[in-house]
Amino acid sequence: MRYDLEIIAAWVKPGSRVLDLGCGSGELLDYLKKQKQVRGSGIESSEAQVAECIEKGVQVLQGDINEEIRDYPDQSFDYVILSQTLQQVYQPQELIRELLRVGKQVIVSFPNFSHWSIRLQLLVNGYAPKNRQLPYDWYDTPNIRVITLADFRHFASRFGCRIDREAAVKSPKGEEAGRMVRFLPNLRATYGIFLISRR
Amino acid sequence: MSEYIEHGRQGRSVGLTEKLFYTFAEPPGQLILESTARLGPITLAYEMVGEINSAGDNVILVCHALTGDSHMAGCYHHDDPRPGWWDSMIGPGKGIDTDRYCVICANILGGCMGSTGPSSINPATGKPYGLAFPVVTIGDMVKAQRALLDHLGVRSLLAVIGGSLGGMQALEWSVRYPELVRSCVALATTSHHSALAIAFNEIGRQAVMSDPNFNKGDYYSGPRPDLGLALARMIGHVTYLSDEAMRQKFGRRLQDRQDFSFNFDADFQVESYLRYQGSKFVQRFDANSYLYITKAADYYDLRQQHGHGSELEGFAGAKAKYLVVSFTSDWLYPTYQSRGLVKALKKNGLDVSFCEIEAQCGHDAFLLPNPRLSGLIGGFLARVSEEG
Repeated sequence: MRYDLEIIAAWVKPGSRVLDLGCGSGELLDYLKKQKQVRGSGIESSEAQVAECIEKGVQVLQGDINEEIRDYPDQSFDYVILSQTLQQVYQPQELIRELLRVGKQVIVSFPNFSHWSIRLQLLVNGYAPKNRQLPYDWYDTPNIRVITLADFRHFASRFGCRIDREAAVKSPKGEEAGRMVRFLPNLRATYGIFLISRR
Repeated sequence: MSEYIEHGRQGRSVGLTEKLFYTFAEPPGQLILESTARLGPITLAYEMVGEINSAGDNVILVCHALTGDSHMAGCYHHDDPRPGWWDSMIGPGKGIDTDRYCVICANILGGCMGSTGPSSINPATGKPYGLAFPVVTIGDMVKAQRALLDHLGVRSLLAVIGGSLGGMQALEWSVRYPELVRSCVALATTSHHSALAIAFNEIGRQAVMSDPNFNKGDYYSGPRPDLGLALARMIGHVTYLSDEAMRQKFGRRLQDRQDFSFNFDADFQVESYLRYQGSKFVQRFDANSYLYITKAADYYDLRQQHGHGSELEGFAGAKAKYLVVSFTSDWLYPTYQSRGLVKALKKNGLDVSFCEIEAQCGHDAFLLPNPRLSGLIGGFLARVSEEG
């Protein structure tokens, strides 16, 4: 499992209700169900991945996360997870407000745009930076948002969210492995994970 | 739905199956229909494959579509060229695995494949009912199926599964008998017919009723309204396909000729195909049943019946887990209708999964061998089975 998903899984309390937005082929939900007796649901736009979810016994809806999230009653989940997707969202503020309506707590992860390699590329080359977490060119990237760990903390305090927990993670050798970054996280972490709730 | 489909490659055949019968609602204990009419005795033809386990928690009810029957899988005899209508889905190792589940399918009330319908003998007259047969609804069909399951000692259903008109029955089961239904698989279906679907059904019914042989439905002792029924079938068949499917299958190709005939013979392949489908259909289907069943489909509105007009309220009492599947090129029951269903289920806090399968073949896609659909259903059933 992806290292960031392992951290997220560790944060989720056993037996809770979880909604995973952009759940892919249901890896995290399957793990949470088997290891933590979680009652999970997913939303995914790709038909092939939706099919994989259902085949492995994960409850999932095919659809757009911005649309599908609206139908859930208030506070119907203990956790709503948005992993590695925030940087692709057109209206992040609105979406996060919806996530906090539907979930008691929200877990968000995203690539950290202030990693030193990205800063250096922009400084030295002058081109839009690329790295393992953000491998696309400016013209074909799905990542339309540029977010840093500092940005997200700022966002949280400005829009009335409480950060209950956070992890800065460095995964130099691909997504399966990684480690926590404690020293200069905004400079050294490749992505961040935040557990937030309404203040 | 179209003619029977060939064997899928996945899994094995269930082998030989047989048509069984159950008769109930003998007078004076007739079944009271939604229209308040009383009907009895009622016979249902059904098929049953796989074994009920000791806990009795592995029974699946399959509901067939407009022109299907109880013969869902396997063959009636060894040199039977045509297996049951959903043989690609039902069998050992298939999507609905008969090594794990006991699967039952009954011909619907009002049908003509062994269950009581307008072509059955009216005990009051000793002659076929014809149009004296009372109008039946999806709810009545489900009530009759319930009587059969009670007779078979089935007290809980692992799943009710159906596509199209069968999907309506499955949805109806889940709201009418929520205590009995642990899951519901609704394929290419809707909680209520659109004006488009009603319109095509009405054109089909008019075709039947305007046949000179129709004789107000009393045609059983003379020539039958075959032309009208064949025409109804041709119209229906077009609605089960899609623009793309027809373009690929026929295009503008001509049938057995190089040039136009300059008369009204079947020049195009698509004309020839539809004529063939029509003529084949009248050999196995009763025109009155076509009228009654299409009417039942048009009348069906789960929202009115169970939710005072609201889809949300309609599912308020439901308890089942749902799997809803639509197909991209289905213009008879388009995806937006499935999404409406899913929204109502979701807002009720029910466990629902939804997948829109990319398919070119239109509404018929749910019947065609499709590994993705088999995988979805297999995975869903395994989960429901495990979660208890």
